[in-house]
Amino acid sequence: MFLQAEPAQTLGYMVAGYIVIFGVMGLYLLSLFLRHRNVQRDLETLEEPEEE
Amino acid sequence: MESKPAGLKFLDGLTVALMLVATALVFFYAPLEAVMGQVQRVFYFHVAAGWVGMLGFLVAAIAGIVYLRTADRKWDLVGLSAVEIGMVFAFINIVTGSIWARPIWNTWWTWDPRLTTATIMELIYAAYLMLRAGIEDPNRRARFGAVYAIVGFASVPLTFFSARLFRTIHPVVVGTNQPGAEGAFDMTPKMLQVFMFSLFTFSVLFIDLLWHRVRLGRLADRVEQLKLKWMA
Repeated sequence: MFLQAEPAQTLGYMVAGYIVIFGVMGLYLLSLFLRHRNVQRDLETLEEPEEE
Repeated sequence: MESKPAGLKFLDGLTVALMLVATALVFFYAPLEAVMGQVQRVFYFHVAAGWVGMLGFLVAAIAGIVYLRTADRKWDLVGLSAVEIGMVFAFINIVTGSIWARPIWNTWWTWDPRLTTATIMELIYAAYLMLRAGIEDPNRRARFGAVYAIVGFASVPLTFFSARLFRTIHPVVVGTNQPGAEGAFDMTPKMLQVFMFSLFTFSVLFIDLLWHRVRLGRLADRVEQLKLKWMA
């Protein structure tokens, strides 16, 4: 690698790396959104009888 | 329906804008590294993710200390949230490191001191979540969680300094590389700018996610209290 004239051909690894970065962050954001939505629904259901 | 605070809306917008700029800088501003080629661009977010992981565990340890002093449940929630976010980003750090290692070290994985300590750190915090899941009493769970987060934090400096203290092939950004380090490179001014901007962006992202996660935890607490009230 150190005797090469041009940079190593590593584009595929870079793409894989960024798929992991944005993929995992995206999944975490989705999990936060879904959990928030479910908790909000539960809260509304439990608060409804109190308001009545 | 509880509306999102204005500060959080602003922070969401700022985080998205910073992420877009940081991504553009990584792909269009940072120069191509002469030896490793395109895979070196993983470095900017790989290190930033590792930084957020360690920051999360630091916040959890501090929240643990504050909880033990005040017994305020809010700090237990901050600790739990920080660990959860820290684990996500430490995971990104480990996996992207493995992807980077394949063309540079010619292997996906090696039991090098840095890789080993990073994995142990991640497992220690996975055990934190398992410990919490096994305790029903909220006060006891918070107390145990706080002590565990403080003790578990010992794994963080150990991971950080492992590439400096032990013989390793993992390069370091700040400090002198070990003689056997492979994948080290001299950062040009442009690379340094992108690196620092990425660290800043991920720090803002951490604050934003922490705020969202703590908010979620508070809502979940309210649901639990209402459920207990209905059952009583």
